Amino acid sequence: MFGDYSIGDLGSIFVMQGFAGLILFSVYVLMALGLAIIFGQMGVINMAHGEFMILGAYVTWMTSNLFQTYLPSLFSGYFFLAMILAFLASGALGMVVEWVLIRHLYKRPLDTLLATWGLSLMLQQAYRSVFGAREVGVELPQWMLGSLHVTDSIEVPINGVFVMGLTVLITISVAYVLYMSRWGRQVRAVVQNRVMAGAVGINTEKVDRFTFGLGCGIAGVAGSAFTMIGSTGPTSGQLYIVDTFLVVVFGGAASLLGTIASAFSISQTQSTLEFFMSGSMAKVLTLLAVVGILMLRPQGLFALKVRK
Amino acid sequence: MIINSRFFNRSELMGFIALAAVLFVILPLTLDVFRLNLVAKYLTYAFVALGLVLCWGYGGILSLGQGVFFGLGGYCMAMFLKLEASSVENTKIQSTPGIPDFMDWNQITALPLFWQPFHSLTFTIFAIILVPGLFALIIGTAMFKRRVGGTYFAIITQAVAAILTILIVGQQGYTGGINGMTDLRTLKGWDIRPDHAKIILYFVEVVLLFACIGIAQFIRLTKLGRILVAMREQEDRVRFSGYSVANFKIFAFCMAAIFAAIGGAMFALNVGFMSPSFVGIVPSIEMVIYTAVGGRMSIFGAIWGAILVNFAKTSLSESFPQLWLFGLGALFIAVVLAFPNGLSGLWADYVQPRIDQLFASRRAKAGWNDNSVADGAPAE
Repeated sequence: MFGDYSIGDLGSIFVMQGFAGLILFSVYVLMALGLAIIFGQMGVINMAHGEFMILGAYVTWMTSNLFQTYLPSLFSGYFFLAMILAFLASGALGMVVEWVLIRHLYKRPLDTLLATWGLSLMLQQAYRSVFGAREVGVELPQWMLGSLHVTDSIEVPINGVFVMGLTVLITISVAYVLYMSRWGRQVRAVVQNRVMAGAVGINTEKVDRFTFGLGCGIAGVAGSAFTMIGSTGPTSGQLYIVDTFLVVVFGGAASLLGTIASAFSISQTQSTLEFFMSGSMAKVLTLLAVVGILMLRPQGLFALKVRK
Repeated sequence: MIINSRFFNRSELMGFIALAAVLFVILPLTLDVFRLNLVAKYLTYAFVALGLVLCWGYGGILSLGQGVFFGLGGYCMAMFLKLEASSVENTKIQSTPGIPDFMDWNQITALPLFWQPFHSLTFTIFAIILVPGLFALIIGTAMFKRRVGGTYFAIITQAVAAILTILIVGQQGYTGGINGMTDLRTLKGWDIRPDHAKIILYFVEVVLLFACIGIAQFIRLTKLGRILVAMREQEDRVRFSGYSVANFKIFAFCMAAIFAAIGGAMFALNVGFMSPSFVGIVPSIEMVIYTAVGGRMSIFGAIWGAILVNFAKTSLSESFPQLWLFGLGALFIAVVLAFPNGLSGLWADYVQPRIDQLFASRRAKAGWNDNSVADGAPAE
């Protein structure tokens, strides 16, 4: 399959596909970060994570429409506001869901999977009733369109660079919040030993609620980024949920570094394979490889060594 | 030690008689053929639900990939039926007569090797059991021997369901793609489409279902069933007692896969087509919903769950398509939050005590002194 291309062509293909993979990587990382916080730190399997992401995408779409109609002069900057709104909307919904549903199920992790699946069905139907069944696309401001010409055969799209920058920023802030801030220490304390954390005066219920809200909020930002690479429909989120779970599990559930590494390897494998075969076969091969590796190494790439 | 000396205790016997009466007598007498065929379709999911009771309710292994086995069984059956429907006379207008129509549309000129054995009905029947069984054996061995369980297992089975769906849709020339295998006509020359055939197929299916109920009940009553429950509750203690936990899990998972495959094969026969929309993640999770609603611990409960949820789905989506997903989602949340044991749990908590009271008072009046009442519902 490599025979028909010269070395130079192959180089360009790998760079271009690699870059296309980086955008996929960004969405995976943003989705998986939220999920890794919720699943890795809290043990809750949130099957509605894709729907939280799509909520962010719809918020972005509404903001862009709002700016187009009422504030066309500020349209070029709407995206930053949209991201913040997406974060707040998804985060708020996440905290409500935690309060109504999830907090009753901490002792039954498999049941959270079923209950959040029910939630995802309801959210999908809600989106369909409110926004319609047709997929919507967001109009990007002028400065995000176009691409940078690096060499003759290599082009990189600007919105891709933007999404990646955003991903790096969010990842660093999440790592900072979890490992440096007082609140992050509380989260990790609750994860390690809930009873002891409560005994030393940490309000574990509050910590749980904010952790879940943060995870969902990041999914909302992922939704904002998602509008740049795909159109938003009521069921778009469902397409990503299995991939994202695989990313989290493959990386090792409680490790942020592992999540990033696994998102990178999965998205790059898929994107590079896509050039040489049909998209569906590339996906099948990638998923098969991941499942195969997980069978050999069930704890994932980066596993924390803890006593159970 | 034998826990129940009888095959069914009293409440189970009542459940058995009620189900048999409804499926064998009441429904065939009251429903027209179209509705009866719909019930036959619902019952194909009852096989899957039955398997999930063993594997999830008793073994504690939540598989979100039962659609895979349902699909494998269904596709095996559909491949046989499709080959019979694609005889040389039937496909004269194709550029290559004698191969299924979708292969012709995809410029395939010879029957692929893995299709060849499906000319034989005997092979097909073995394949329906063995292909999903072996597949489950491979997945189960790889996972359980390495002590992967719980949520990880659920996620990986889900990924397997995703992979198989993408593969079926992508390999259109070999599998019929997104449309699946349609236009299935005859089984060994016997037309499966007219009304009288549908009725016969319905009864065949109900008999098969009761056979599977018998097997599941047998497994439940033997020591094997006890070990499954023990494993679900305290896996480590069972392991330390010297049992090979992995082997028991593999067994439960394989049984669930085989039940699902039988359901899938009956689906292809009763409904007359098979498509990837019954294989993927969404149908697989819906199958878990049936079991959860009916009661994951109850064989009869799960079957009622499959029938009732599907009935609600058909009638709600006929009249209020908007409401269906809301209803299903809400039902699921309600079942998980409020009634973890589903309909059968409600029955055991509210209806069964009344019935027991009734029997007890009658016995007291008759002056019986019989201790066997105590073996009512097992304590789990």
